[in-house]
Amino acid sequence: MHISPVLWQFLVKWLNASALFPREASTIAPYADALYFFLLLITVVGLTLVGILIFGFSIRYRKEKHPVAVQVEGSTLLEATWTIIPLALFLIVFVWGALLYFRIYNPPTNAMNIYVVGKQWMWKAEHAGGQHEINALHVPTGIPVQLTMISQDVFHSFSIPDFRVKREVIPGRYSTVWFQATTPGTYHIFCTQYCGTNHSAMIGEVTVLTPDDYAKWTQESTSGMSLAQNGERLFASMGCNACHSGSAAARGPNLAGVYGSKLQLTNGSQVLVNDAYLRDAILNPSQHITAGYAPIMPTYQGQISEDGLIDLVEYIKAMQTNYRVQQTLTTSTSNQAAPTTPGVVKP
Amino acid sequence: MSATSYTIVNLPDQRTATIPKRNYLNNEDGLLSWLFTGDHKRIAILYLISITFFFFIGGAFAGLIRLELLTPQPDLVASDTYNKFFSMHGIVMIFLFLVPSVPATLGNFLIPIMIGAKDLAFPKVNLLSWYLYWIGGLFTMAALVLGGVDTGWTFTTPLSTHYLNTHVVTAATGVFIIGFSSIFTGLNFIVTLHRMRAPGMTWFRLPLFCWSNYAASILMVLGTPVLAITLVLVALERLVGIGVFDPTKGGDPLLFQHLFWFYSHPAVYIMILPGMGVISEVISTFSRKRVFGYTAVAFSSVAIALFGFFVWAHHMFIMGVSNYSALVFSLLTMLVAVPSAIKIFNWAFTLQKGSITFETPMLYAFGFLGLFTIGGMTGVFLGALGMDIHLTETYFIVAHFHFVMVGGMLMAFLAGIHFWWPKMTGRMYPESLSKLAAVTTFIGFNLTFLPQFILGYLGMPRRYHAYPPEFQVLNVLSTAGATVLGVGYMLPLLYLGWSLKYGAIAGNNPWQATGLEWQIQSPPLTENFIETPVVDHEAYDYEWLEHKTAQEVTTVG
Ligand code: HEM
Ligand SMILES: [Cu+2]
Repeated sequence: MHISPVLWQFLVKWLNASALFPREASTIAPYADALYFFLLLITVVGLTLVGILIFGFSIRYRKEKHPVAVQVEGSTLLEATWTIIPLALFLIVFVWGALLYFRIYNPPTNAMNIYVVGKQWMWKAEHAGGQHEINALHVPTGIPVQLTMISQDVFHSFSIPDFRVKREVIPGRYSTVWFQATTPGTYHIFCTQYCGTNHSAMIGEVTVLTPDDYAKWTQESTSGMSLAQNGERLFASMGCNACHSGSAAARGPNLAGVYGSKLQLTNGSQVLVNDAYLRDAILNPSQHITAGYAPIMPTYQGQISEDGLIDLVEYIKAMQTNYRVQQTLTTSTSNQAAPTTPGVVKP
Repeated sequence: MSATSYTIVNLPDQRTATIPKRNYLNNEDGLLSWLFTGDHKRIAILYLISITFFFFIGGAFAGLIRLELLTPQPDLVASDTYNKFFSMHGIVMIFLFLVPSVPATLGNFLIPIMIGAKDLAFPKVNLLSWYLYWIGGLFTMAALVLGGVDTGWTFTTPLSTHYLNTHVVTAATGVFIIGFSSIFTGLNFIVTLHRMRAPGMTWFRLPLFCWSNYAASILMVLGTPVLAITLVLVALERLVGIGVFDPTKGGDPLLFQHLFWFYSHPAVYIMILPGMGVISEVISTFSRKRVFGYTAVAFSSVAIALFGFFVWAHHMFIMGVSNYSALVFSLLTMLVAVPSAIKIFNWAFTLQKGSITFETPMLYAFGFLGLFTIGGMTGVFLGALGMDIHLTETYFIVAHFHFVMVGGMLMAFLAGIHFWWPKMTGRMYPESLSKLAAVTTFIGFNLTFLPQFILGYLGMPRRYHAYPPEFQVLNVLSTAGATVLGVGYMLPLLYLGWSLKYGAIAGNNPWQATGLEWQIQSPPLTENFIETPVVDHEAYDYEWLEHKTAQEVTTVG
């Protein structure tokens, strides 16, 4: 921390030992705590000031001491002072808070991705290697981890207090959150958005391992099939490959390398192909017709589970592409620019 | 800066030993004369009884919630029962208590009198809004009796529309109807304040209580219809599956969040602004001073009301609104925090050079200042984007809004009830008991809700029926505090009831206050004023009051 490393270290050590403060177990946590202490400081100062004014005036001008009130109109100078000082403080807080927000919600480009599906009432995590876990999440220290999350039913919200991160998990759209864990150990995962009867039982545990232990865990808990492999099977069994065969004569566009590219649509618009777009294209194909193709793809709404969609998306992603898209945008209406893959954008 | 001094004349004891023979309470007899009354004061009393009733229902649920949370295990009731408890607690407290509290009781009673009018602009509409309140209240109670509702007070879709088998539509209908009651109250106030002011009562001679209720009325009229529409959509989605909020039908669940908060954020100002008006009156009276910077306080109410419409998305920072709209909403949130800060200092400086006494309303007002400052500052924590991520949806939120709404509004409501009790009933309440209640409430409040800030930073989510054991100590403290707080709320119910019969006769102006309401008899006549008054002085003009009473002394003598 840049404030005063020694003092800060000391404070953090002391606080971490106390039961009144959450552990600092991610790279973000110290930044969040610094802002928290600043806010606490101005609150305490403000409250003390108000207290001093009220008690001071009450003692000095109580009726016994000061039987006759002196009428005062107001004072532009005083009013300007107590407008400008809070305004300045709040603006500092705004900028500080905004910087922190961007730090928390913009994943670094080398983050490893894990999928999370929220459902009443459990968290299901799916690692790219095919490992599944329920109400548990294993992650390594020192590596940025991004979670791509979606809800299968109602709003949930994924929160790890000791990492100071949280993000709403929304039906029908992917949202993301990332963190880099610093200290091996186990920490709570909570669902913080009220989601029905067993809301308070929708608790999990994130286990932070050293990279070596994590590698071991990955080996031991593999299901033998990666997400992409599952996706490939699904791709065949749902009949996707009948049209998306990749050959020149196919009735659907070739999907290799499509992920991360900008796609020209029949209606003239361009879209960035990311996880959200792919999911959407499978469920609502008639809404995005790639230029040059007929609107013949059927909808798969109701036929594929969220887990299945994730497998398909992983499979399409894995069909050779060099680009890793910045997955910070969480809606399917993204228009963020990204490098184009030659051959995919049709004129 | 002009400053003059004056002396309070020692008035001869003007207290006639009895309540005036003719007043609005005994003008007509019988239950029907109350149920069909057009008198704004009687309607205010009807409201007062009704909201008190609902407050204690909501309070009983609060007690049950806190009792369950005494231990980490889910041992008192099952999950769905617990969920129904906090849903009922929230729905009742917000829609049946906080929103109507000050406007419908004190506002109804006082606004016409404060501006020198005989009644509100639309007396029948006023009565209708009380009936609507009760019809809505009965629907809500029906939902409770038939088996409850567990949506929380926010009715979030798709949970409320597709995943619950409880009485969602009944409860939503209740809230929908109550909404119309508040729209009518708001309209009535706006028209009354524009059209019915007595000669000489200019906008800048209005008591600040009128200004703040005016601001709240704007919000009620413009905001509540959005809530009504949202609830209709929820009901349609649930009953016939129209799918506006359902992603599997191409709808958007985030649309619900936008619509709901577009009402519910301004709604928190509906809940707090009228309370701020009460505080201005009380602090001015007991320090015998004009409110410091009257104009700034008046305009800041209206500013809060208008800007309050532009910050709703700060409830959605973690929901995947785009980073840039998050920036804008955070900035606007910081800007609306400023007028509240201004007001705190204006109230504090009203005390300066005053001649201060510490009657019960003043104690509640001081309590308000402290608690509202904490509530407001913790709002800044939540407006700061990165901090909000960690704090939102935890007990920090629960603590924050209780500080603002219960520490703020409820303190203000109690200050107001004590302050105007002599005017409404003609009798005083027992002084030392009421002070005890004010102090008990303050201590109990802090003990209940301060630990919840810490719980929130530790990460304890809200609406949890059971929680990890390490959170227990703070929860026990909170429950202990709630017990003290409960006692603090019961006390006024008892001694105010007692005072109706045995309280000392108050006289017209027991606090020597300047408002027009204090210049007429207590309790007032049905027609308030026999002749329309002509106003020739500003609000809080204690020199005018001194002059007037001195004259009366000479004429009487
Ligand atoms: C003794 C006094 C009170 C106690 C102990 C208390 C306690 C609580 C608790 C623990 C919750 C959180 C429930 C949860 O998140 O699981 C809650 C929610 C709430 N309280 Fe209170 N409360 C009290 C008084 C009040 C009052 C007086 C009001 C309004 C006038 C109020 C309004 C609310 C609202 C609107 C909610 C949100 C409900 C929801 O989450 O849906 N409370 N209260
Ligand atoms: Cu959940």
